[in-house]
Amino acid sequence: MDNEGIKEFILSRVPEAEIVSGPQFLHATIPSEKIHSFLSDLKSSPSTSFDYLFCQTGVDWPQHMEVVYHLKSTTLSHLLVVKAKINTRENPTVDTVCDLWKTAEFHEREIFDLYGIVFNNHPDLRRLLLTDDWVGYPMRKDYSDPINMIAY
Amino acid sequence: MEAAVKELESQEYFINMGPQHPSTHGVLRLVLSLDGEIIRNVQPHIGYIHRSIEKMCEFDSYQQVIHLTDRMDYLSCNILNEAVCLAVELGLQVAVPERVKVIRTIIDELQRLSSHQLWWGVMGMDLGAITTFLYGFRDRELITDIFEETCGARLTMNYNIPGGLMFDIHPNFQKRTSDFVEYFKKKLPEYDQLLSNNVIFLERMRGIGKLSKEDAISFGATGPSGRASGFSCDVRKHHPYSGYGQVKFKEILRTEGDCLARYRCRIDEMWESLSIIEQLIDNIPAGEHKTPTKVVIKLPKGEFYQKVETARGEFGVYIISEGQKSPYRLKFRSPGFSNLSALNLMAQGCKIADLVAIMSTLDFVIPDIDR
Repeated sequence: MDNEGIKEFILSRVPEAEIVSGPQFLHATIPSEKIHSFLSDLKSSPSTSFDYLFCQTGVDWPQHMEVVYHLKSTTLSHLLVVKAKINTRENPTVDTVCDLWKTAEFHEREIFDLYGIVFNNHPDLRRLLLTDDWVGYPMRKDYSDPINMIAY
Repeated sequence: MEAAVKELESQEYFINMGPQHPSTHGVLRLVLSLDGEIIRNVQPHIGYIHRSIEKMCEFDSYQQVIHLTDRMDYLSCNILNEAVCLAVELGLQVAVPERVKVIRTIIDELQRLSSHQLWWGVMGMDLGAITTFLYGFRDRELITDIFEETCGARLTMNYNIPGGLMFDIHPNFQKRTSDFVEYFKKKLPEYDQLLSNNVIFLERMRGIGKLSKEDAISFGATGPSGRASGFSCDVRKHHPYSGYGQVKFKEILRTEGDCLARYRCRIDEMWESLSIIEQLIDNIPAGEHKTPTKVVIKLPKGEFYQKVETARGEFGVYIISEGQKSPYRLKFRSPGFSNLSALNLMAQGCKIADLVAIMSTLDFVIPDIDR
């Protein structure tokens, strides 16, 4: 499906989605409450069938947080970037997509570890890279560690 | 009698494999849940060499970011350097000379060969064959010598800069590379003679650690590990970069998805790499070795994603730029990280010795996973 078709598909499911055509991918920003049902539609619908989640990451913006999903369809070879916009930086939560793509289990643990975004219904949400007793979420922009970090 | 039967009942117990274990090739800790010798569950505990490279990148210039990528997958360092350079070039809209594209492709393939040689050597050693280690390192030495002559470094090369290469190739480069290709074409069949048809080896590989195509896609297992399961994921074919659009090569695909398929995939890939180098080595176009860029690089506001094929699979660089000299956010999608997440599924029902074989064929480089 071409980008116009994907755009129509997104707007028919989530009318308030913000869609930007980037130089490489189509970017769709979705409110975080609707992310699970929307991604599940994207994966199961035969016209989109995004079965390969090749990158998942978090971003800390001044006013909100985002989880970015890079998707590809291995059968139809089209690409899409979906962003779940979480409107708060205090206790951000979003639904897990582990049940759709198994790779999300590790990626979401990493995002939880480094950004403190809690994934609802995740089977095993623990810190992944840092020790269990670590305080704070280091990839957040307001994280400070005067001993180990050199900010300039 | 009844009491005696009760005493023999088995009970699940846990053991630690690692963090210092020879077969993990780095500091990786696996917590195995066992029933007798049968593995029921594998829980990887990673992060022992987490250096927060992504956070460091948020304070660094783009030239400095390239240095850090060397320290992730040190066996594919030129490919990782290139990924960052391609992403920066994409953001700056800089056209790179044809000469640079071809040289980058040749060095990428040499790097892939040297990584696969090291993998083959240590994999044999994991399974109890010391000779493979000597064979692998003997041949790999010749490639690292070529790298040393080209850029001064044998392992962490740091040869790419945004816009091209740090210096032009050495006058001996073409001859030495062609000589190596001729030499290694005779040596690669020896690899097959030593291991590929060895009965003990085949028994330890065939049918072990199966991964279906659906699971490979779902777990995002790429590289030879994904292609052995039939998942067509070669970035060089699907999203050609540098000189891969102008060479002919086969994407090696198998369907069995077991350890032997992953092994054969890598061996066949070595033949393809040799063929790519042969096609390019005598046709390096003349010209400049770089396009000049500004000393302080500021990418325009926006997002840039570049994927490349390392020796282990699909590597991605995701840059979010706010127009400053450092990225606002930089994410490295590492192939080892996703491949490791599939380990639990592959190892269930196997024995501990099989886990060693599975880990060898997945070819982990731990700094690549921990970042």
